[in-house]
Amino acid sequence: MEIVYVYVKKRSEFGKQCNFSDRQAELNINIPPNPELAEQFVERNPVDTGIQCSTSMSEHEVNTERFEMESRGINHVEGGWPKDVNPLELEQTIRFRKKVEKDENYINAITQLGSIMEHCIKQNNAIDIYQEYFDDEDAVEVTDEAPSAKTINVLRDPQEIKRSATHLSWHPDGNRKLAVAYSCLNFQRAPEGMSHESYIWDLENPNKPEIVLKPSSPLVTLEYNPKDSHVLLGGCYNGQLACWDTRKGSLVAELSTIEFSHRDPVYGSIWLQSKTGTECFSASTDGQVMWWDIRKMSEPTEVVILDIARKEQLENALGAISLEFESTLPTKFMVGTEQGIVISCNRKAKTSAEKIVCTFSGHHGPIYALQRNPFYPKNFLTVGDWTARIWSEDSRESSIMWTKYHMAYLTDGAWSPVRPAVFFTTRMDGTLDIWDFVFKQCDPALSLKVCDEALFCLRVQDNGCFIACGSQLGTTTLLEVSNGLCTLQKNDKNAASLIFERETRREKILEARHREMRLKEKGKAEGRDDSLREEEPTFHLEELVTKAEDEFFNIIYSELKKKETEAMKKTKPKQPGLEADEEVEGEDLGEEEGDGAQAPT
Amino acid sequence: MQAEVEETLKRIQSHKGVMGTMVVNAEGIPIRTTLDNSTTVQYAGLLHQLTMKAKSTVRDIDPQNDLTFLRIRSKKHEIMVAPDKEYLLIVIQNPCE
Repeated sequence: MEIVYVYVKKRSEFGKQCNFSDRQAELNINIPPNPELAEQFVERNPVDTGIQCSTSMSEHEVNTERFEMESRGINHVEGGWPKDVNPLELEQTIRFRKKVEKDENYINAITQLGSIMEHCIKQNNAIDIYQEYFDDEDAVEVTDEAPSAKTINVLRDPQEIKRSATHLSWHPDGNRKLAVAYSCLNFQRAPEGMSHESYIWDLENPNKPEIVLKPSSPLVTLEYNPKDSHVLLGGCYNGQLACWDTRKGSLVAELSTIEFSHRDPVYGSIWLQSKTGTECFSASTDGQVMWWDIRKMSEPTEVVILDIARKEQLENALGAISLEFESTLPTKFMVGTEQGIVISCNRKAKTSAEKIVCTFSGHHGPIYALQRNPFYPKNFLTVGDWTARIWSEDSRESSIMWTKYHMAYLTDGAWSPVRPAVFFTTRMDGTLDIWDFVFKQCDPALSLKVCDEALFCLRVQDNGCFIACGSQLGTTTLLEVSNGLCTLQKNDKNAASLIFERETRREKILEARHREMRLKEKGKAEGRDDSLREEEPTFHLEELVTKAEDEFFNIIYSELKKKETEAMKKTKPKQPGLEADEEVEGEDLGEEEGDGAQAPT
Repeated sequence: MQAEVEETLKRIQSHKGVMGTMVVNAEGIPIRTTLDNSTTVQYAGLLHQLTMKAKSTVRDIDPQNDLTFLRIRSKKHEIMVAPDKEYLLIVIQNPCE
């Protein structure tokens, strides 16, 4: 808070000398002591005060400003030649060298140095100091270690207008680079002047992106081609698909024509396994799944409309938010929709209607992530609304395992590629959860607050150790997980498969029971008369209401009675002790007054 | 006397794993080298500075001490530098078997 006081002084008065003069002492106020006030105070003896004898310290935080650094190389050129020798002239240099070689100093120096050097060379040849001595011992099981994860690096969006990081993709070989797609997913709320660029970051240099990708519309998804690490596929906000070749530069290499592209942002795009390595498919909330060949992006090779009534009506189609494809099952793929339904499809079906095989419903909101378990492809993970669920293809009515309802919306999830029972989820409150259902089923094994804003996407590296998560403000955080979570334990696979089988069986039994119950109900309903059926509901209603009211009042009366009896019990034992209490109180009062009389003296 | 020098250098070069040998004087001029000129010039410039730094470090810690030998082990090979008042003997060896 700034307090400003303005005073005005005449210019002519500046620099005027102060005239001090002596003055007699004046008595302004004389307040004599008033002993009567002391009676309001009581002397306390003994007094309890805390004393600490230690060095007083203060905490101070210092953070240096970010320092921009650039790596440059030095080119070494020949030099140091004396003035009379021209380094380009071979003769002169040879002559110089010969002269030096004849120098006595040189000869002595070289013989001496030579012997030292030989000794070291022979040493090197005799023993390899980096030899592995303990090769035979296998890696010790680290099951006892508490799971932990630490942030290694943070990649910030260099743009001023922050966009959210909506998709991440690791480089297929070596995992040194990370491609991040940036866009603003709030409907029509993208600020003016927001840049469309997306970046490829090199983890060695977290300050500046290595390659900039410039599409005409912000990218919602971005995927590296697993077969050719120079090619990337991006799905744009305006529904087009764009393809880049990092060798060619940052401008789009291939772009699909807008008439044949999606009508909504492309939310899922995956490369397919094919001999040419140029096929991919994409899905969007306009209800279509399109197959493309990047050599010819003018038109999709195939289009499937996600209408579960199997009538190919675009108006009834469900919007797709996530797409799943596993290269070990090349003919099947799954789509997660905005309506909370997972559609399993078969690519090789003859008619378009047969493409949609079955649906799984259970989520209340859009399914943001969908992935098959890399070890047990029959089971897949879906993340949507406030839970994450694990499904089995055999049980279609409900998921086999699910997490509890969280306080924040779940935005993305992925299985760990190394351990079959571990999966990761991100939430809108900026938390990353690591679940290990072999270890604990009710809660995540580890819950980390990565940043204050919402986390939008997550990608695990192939070795299972590094996780990258992208947030709403475009910050990508790289985390390294502890060894226990990224090394395969001995009985992991068995335990995970047992759990999956057990849960699937349980769901099947429940399904069977539900079916039976439904059949029974149907049988009962058909057995009754129609008229009775109509009256019964109303009759039942009044009865139920009165019954409920009676129960309610009964409960209240019984509670009141209970309280009264308890109150009575408390007052009874007090009565004989009351007289003793009064005496004690009287003594205390007397003491205080006595003290009060003593204090002023 | 000169023949001794030749013999020594030849012996060093013939040891197992030795990739290159060079003798550089205090001004950075390569006197004898078995590698090509550009590589030699690069090694000479860089290692000279490093040797000076290492020497001054050793002397700073204990003024009566002096640098006798410098070994730089890297992933691919080992660079060994034997310093003298005026000359540097540099050998690059590949020690892994």
